[in-house]
Order: sequence, then structure tokens, then C-alpha cells
Amino acid sequence: MHRLDVGRVRAEFPTLAETVNGRPLVYLDSAATSQKPQPVLDALDAYWVHDNANVHRGIHELSRRATEAYEGARLELARWIGASDAAEVVFTTGTTGAINLVAHAWGLDNVREGDEILLTVLEHHSNIVPWQLLARRTGARLRYIEIDDQGRLILDGLDHLLTERTRLVALGQVSNALGTVNPVKEVAARARAAGALVLVDGAQGAVHSRVDVHELGADFYALSGHKMCGPTGIGALWARRELLDSMSPWQGGGEMIHTVERDMSSWAPVPHKFEAGTPNIAGAVGLGAAVEYLSALGMDAIVEHERDVLRYALEGLAAVTGVRVYGPESLDERSAVVSFTMGDAHPHDISTILDSQGVAIRAGHHCAQLVMKHFGISATARASFYLYNTRADVDRLVEGLEAVRTIFG
Amino acid sequence: METPPLNSLYQQLILEHYRNPRNRGELPDGTVEVHMRNPVCGDEIRLQLRLHDDHIAEARFVGHGCSISQASVSMMTTLLKGRSLDEAESLASRFTQMMHGDAEASRDPSMGDLRALAGVSKFPVRIKCALLGFDALQEALKRSAKGAEP
Repeated sequence: MHRLDVGRVRAEFPTLAETVNGRPLVYLDSAATSQKPQPVLDALDAYWVHDNANVHRGIHELSRRATEAYEGARLELARWIGASDAAEVVFTTGTTGAINLVAHAWGLDNVREGDEILLTVLEHHSNIVPWQLLARRTGARLRYIEIDDQGRLILDGLDHLLTERTRLVALGQVSNALGTVNPVKEVAARARAAGALVLVDGAQGAVHSRVDVHELGADFYALSGHKMCGPTGIGALWARRELLDSMSPWQGGGEMIHTVERDMSSWAPVPHKFEAGTPNIAGAVGLGAAVEYLSALGMDAIVEHERDVLRYALEGLAAVTGVRVYGPESLDERSAVVSFTMGDAHPHDISTILDSQGVAIRAGHHCAQLVMKHFGISATARASFYLYNTRADVDRLVEGLEAVRTIFG
Repeated sequence: METPPLNSLYQQLILEHYRNPRNRGELPDGTVEVHMRNPVCGDEIRLQLRLHDDHIAEARFVGHGCSISQASVSMMTTLLKGRSLDEAESLASRFTQMMHGDAEASRDPSMGDLRALAGVSKFPVRIKCALLGFDALQEALKRSAKGAEP
């Protein structure tokens, strides 16, 4: 495996050259959204400047080009997540859009009163609230896999949580709040053995690992483009073909129909059945370019690099007086996200002080209030690392935290 | 935009109120109670007032959040005791003016310790933190005025 040339990578991300509050920007908030490399920006630009037209309908040259670019991105993404059939990839607005699609198009027809949906305490709100809405409409019940004091799933009781009423197990691949890497394969195998379907929230997982949806044992896999070098407003749902075929459309409109009569219509084949209206064509093109970019660098090299920075960060933070890091102690169970608190300095205050030195982190509940409750806190400071971060970035973080200590003493 | 020096934000008085909040705790015989939450950051304040005629006889709060939100509400409660509802309302609007950069408001002696928060106006993303307690106060005043209507 080749090593990642981080200097070259950094040079391709124009935002990283920004100066913030008099210091070169250190961007440690990629778990919220990643920065975008030049090839992605160029692809977006080229689409708008040269190819802009609506897809799947025009006979003219530009429409052909736009369609080719849009469907090419789908193919690229399908290959990247190990899907054998590009028709299994539905473009959505993001992970949230993908999960809501499943909750509506699959959930409303397949979940009944008394059925159970099994979630985990680690979930992002986007993998909780859609199921609460579904449960309210169907009378289904939500159950949760608990976590231990390192923020890892407690799987001892899983066989009790999985009952004959469990219709779906929905869990994140990687926790955005703590960085915990969940044993998705194991949970999925046990869930499927119990007759439940498995939805994997890959919003963070697709960023920090090589994804193979079949190997994971997923029935549904949701991801967001903007966390993996792509634009905002684009993401995807992958699902097994027979599931997608069996599901009713979620939204009606153009693009998703076969024929329209006065009282009823028939649907276009998948994936178009789930893509009503003019899609986010440029977004898809940008996401395709992001996948191409990441593939060329190699996910293994990226993950290896992130691990090095993560290890260095955990060591650096451990040496700062008053810092408490949350999440798994073992590097093997962790992704490039570090959540921490520091004495009685509130995470927002930590973030303001770091920002004054050009270091961008996230502070708050990270859309994971169940996780915060578990640890009896309301917020953490979170530094998240990606392919363009370096050990020098970690040094700037640690230096910034010394300023926090000076002020909060 | 350049962020101004941090010492304009983190004044000692703010950290002192953050660590030793005044009037923190339950008010068992409160007459009006407002729960305010900033959903973006999770900061929370439950403000309780005991009203006597049109005066605030007692003000207490419980809550959690950043130094700015908690110090602000602590400072606010020290100024409310004995004030009329109208005076409390003008304190709230005076403070809002200060958050919008009104230098005169930041020199107004009637603002007491709250003047230490003047620097927050230079940190736009933190103004909401400083206003959380006053949002609760204004809601409490609104409810009290409604309750007083015949």
C-alpha cells in the first residue's frame, strides 16, 4: 500500500489556505462537513458551464451529456460501495433524506402496530427521529441497544432485544459524536438471523472506511456526499434490488412515472421510481468526482493516514491537564473523531477560544442527545480529522487548549 | 472578519459569576416560571420569579450552559429584585441594545455587572448565549402581563 502524500492533498483543498483570525486555518470539523478538493470544484464548474440541461428527457446534446454525467456518477458511487447493480443506488438529499425515504416507502407498508424497530443510543438524530415519526403513525415500538462507559454498543442482550416483532435494526457504522466504530457485521448477521432488515447509517462510515454493502450485511445503506469531499444536498440510499422493487414510491412527480392516467399511474423502474422531480444533477456530478478523487488516492492509504493523526491527537490531548476524552480507548474501535471536555470550561467557550486562534472545532451535542445524556453532559468539544489533517494541526489544537487553560485556569 | 482579543470577552467578572452563580436554585413559591432552551447548543435556563403586586420580589434560576449564558442570567437576577415589571422590561431592552453594540448602554450604571458582557457584542455567534436569560425574562414578563389582565 502506498502512503498518502498529505502535502499534495492539502494543496488541492483551496479552503485550507484561508487565514482565520490572523492564523492559518486549522480545520477540525470535517465530521460536520468536509472541505472540497479542486477536482470536485472543477467538475461542478464544468457541469454548470458546459453541460447544464435536464436529465432523462431531452433529445438534444446537452441533455445527453447531463444524463451521462448524472448516471455516470451513480455508477461510480455504486462501484465504490460494492454494489453490483447501479440501479440499487438512489440519489437523495443526503443521509437524512435516505433514511426518511426508507421510513416512508418501506416503513409505512411494512411496519404495523406492535412491531419493533431496534436502534442504538449512539445514533445521530437523523437515525432516530424518522423512526419516531414512523412509530407514531404505525403504533410500532422503538427499542435501543445501550452503550457502555466507553461509548461502545453492549451486545450481550442483543438476542433479547431482537424479537419476532423486530422489523428493522437501524444503526450507524461510525458514531459522529464519539467516533465509535460499531461492529455492524456482527449486529447485521444476528439481526438478519432473527428475521429483521438492517439499515446502516453510513454518514461517517463511508468517510472513514472502505465500504462494501454486501460484506456489511446491510439491506439499506445511507450516505452523504458533503462529508466525503462532495457538495452539500446530495447523498444516496443503497438498497437490495428486490427491496427497492417491492417498495412503493415515496414522493410523486415527474421523472418517477411510467404512464400517468387520470386516477392512477404506473412507476418508472428503480432507481428512478424514488427520484421524483428534477434531481440535484450538479450535486451528483460533484459526488461522482469526489468518489473518483478518493478512489485515486486509495481508501486504505487515507484510513492509515487518519489513524496516525488520530493516535497523535489522543496522545496530545491526554497530556493536556483537565481534558477528558470520551469514546473507545482502543484505536481499533475508533474513527478519526475525538470528543472531549475540559475542566469547567464549557465546550462553546473552548470553541470560541480555539476559533480566535484559527482552529475550527465543533461544540455542542452533535445531534446525538442520547449519547450526551448517557454521559450526563450537555455538550462536548469535538475535533474531527480527515485526509488533509496533519500532526501539525493537532499541535495547534493542543496549543489552543493551553489558552483555554490560561483563561479558565 | 478578525475576532477581537479574547480578553474583551472573558472578563474575570464573567468567569466569577459562571463559577459562583447568584440566585441559583429553586424558588418554591414562585409565581411565574419560564423554561428557555437554545436548541442549537443545548444551553438551558429555567427562570422563576415571585411577583408582588407589579414588582419582582424574588428571581431565581437553574440551568446549564456556557460561561456567557450562565453568567448573564446570574448577573440579571441580581438586578431584578425590587424592580417593577416595567423596569425589568427596560433592563432587558437596554441589555439588547448593548448586545447590538450600543456603547452608551455599556456605560449605564443601572446595568450593574452586566456591563462586563459588553464585549460579547463583538462575537456575533455568542450574542444568543448572552440573551438566553433575557429571553426567559421577557417571556415571563409577557405572561405576567397577560395574567394580570382582567
